[in-house]
Amino acid sequence: MPKSSYSGLQKRGVLLDLIFLNVTRLFAFVVFALLAGIIITLIIGSMPAIREFGFGFLISAEWNPVTEKFGALVPIVGTLATSFIALLIAIPVSFGIALFLTELSPGWLRRPLGTAIELLAGIPSIIYGMWGLFVFAPIFAETVQPWLKNSLGATTLLAPLFDGAPMGIGMLSAGIILSIMVIPFIASVMRDVFEVVPPMLKESAYGVGATTWEVVWNVVLPYTKAGVIGSIMLGLGRALGETMAVTFVIGNAHKLSTSLFMPGNSIASALANEFTEADGELYTSSLIELGLILFFITFVVLALSKLLLLQLGKREGKTT
Amino acid sequence: MTPDTPTKISIRDLNFYYGKFLALKNINLDIAQNKVTAFIGPSGCGKSTLLRTLNRMYQLYPGQRAEGQILLDGDNVLDAKQDLNMLRAKVGMVFQKPTPFPMSIFDNIAFGVKLYENLGRREMEERVEWALRKAALWEEVKDKLQQSGNSLSGGQQQRLCIARGIAVKPEVVLLDEPCSALDPISTAHIEELINELKSEYTIVIVTHNMQQAARVSDYTAYMYLGDLIEFGDTDNIFTTPSQKATEDYITGKFG
Repeated sequence: MPKSSYSGLQKRGVLLDLIFLNVTRLFAFVVFALLAGIIITLIIGSMPAIREFGFGFLISAEWNPVTEKFGALVPIVGTLATSFIALLIAIPVSFGIALFLTELSPGWLRRPLGTAIELLAGIPSIIYGMWGLFVFAPIFAETVQPWLKNSLGATTLLAPLFDGAPMGIGMLSAGIILSIMVIPFIASVMRDVFEVVPPMLKESAYGVGATTWEVVWNVVLPYTKAGVIGSIMLGLGRALGETMAVTFVIGNAHKLSTSLFMPGNSIASALANEFTEADGELYTSSLIELGLILFFITFVVLALSKLLLLQLGKREGKTT
Repeated sequence: MTPDTPTKISIRDLNFYYGKFLALKNINLDIAQNKVTAFIGPSGCGKSTLLRTLNRMYQLYPGQRAEGQILLDGDNVLDAKQDLNMLRAKVGMVFQKPTPFPMSIFDNIAFGVKLYENLGRREMEERVEWALRKAALWEEVKDKLQQSGNSLSGGQQQRLCIARGIAVKPEVVLLDEPCSALDPISTAHIEELINELKSEYTIVIVTHNMQQAARVSDYTAYMYLGDLIEFGDTDNIFTTPSQKATEDYITGKFG
């Protein structure tokens, strides 16, 4: 009698495990299905534009709803340039913040600072946009832009970058607002990965007489490189796709310019601004193709970061 | 009780605090030059703490502080003006678990050396080989110096850490339970190494393993709850301890 009840229990366990396996597998495959579904709808939606403009869509700077001529160059450049500026500023600053929080800060300051950074990450992007337009842009136009124009803009090499009237809005402003938005993300992930470095590993570097900087640069950073690159990619992902804040300060002009002071456009803000007024199949379809391009850029960025990690692993000498 | 060889480190009236908790109580101890001194005692007795005061590793953590004197060749290590990086160049340390840096075997050794000396390529190669030979690891790794330090076995990694420690040519080597994560064969390797190294270095070892202390050390200090109970010749401590507490611990009645 006890024997049969035991095997009954066991049978129920096997059945439960089987259900568990299949349910979790179903959840996991939903991710695939969603991904495929989004890509397919984007492709179908953008077919009219692809058929009409072909490859030229990517290199044409024209965007004229009246004559129905569309090209994606301006928003692509705008997206990449603002994200690049954002990372250029955000990476060193975030690194400094994370480093200070994990290695240098006195204990009582860690918690309030860490919390402040997490709060910064939680501010809705539209607030950054409003702040950027009404507070940041006027101050920026009066102080930083004239200064940039007179210093870096006075050199022949960089002059085209700082051409035009200092209006406060434009690519540079968008990039700076973006950098403020991604810093909390990058900094808090970097802090988390720096914190998992085994104390003993750091102690052994200190133990041969390394300074804090040498320990961080030679031991902490290589040890955490996957996490650090991950944090940067997280920030880049947010910068590429950020919509509201950029829409407020980028200027929303479909014009190509070398100057960072001039208004431009990004993919996400073009979509946000124009979807409601897009009439005609070609207009809508061009916007959908923009979305597809953004999706593709994000995918490429992700792939590149994986490649970078592989490359770093090789240099460290992991391969036998 | 005082060793008849020159003293390398004298610890005088040392008290150590973790915040408000007194972890070392008035320690007085002389560590002899070119000898192996072992700290033994049950967990939490303060032996690792004592070791970590010798190169001021505790300094990394706020709230930990030491009072008293630790004289290294007559120089007070605990002096606030002491240059920590130079101190740690003189007093090297090896930890409980192997901690290779995330870089190649060669760079693991060269890293510390580069901090103090500006060596040419050739000289650096010689130094790395010298350190690896000293740590009895050269024969095993000479063909794969560019591989990651993490690709070695646990015992090899620990010898790499020892090589890394002696590559900067310290005067004192601190070993904090260096064999606790190793198998018996690797342990035997390391013990042999300790014996060879003492002709050139002053070695201080913390160990949980009493047989190990008996095998490798010349002097032994028995600690309990932050007090130094007994210190003397290893042979005497293990055969005719003067304190009942030491005898109980060594014979396994306690701890």
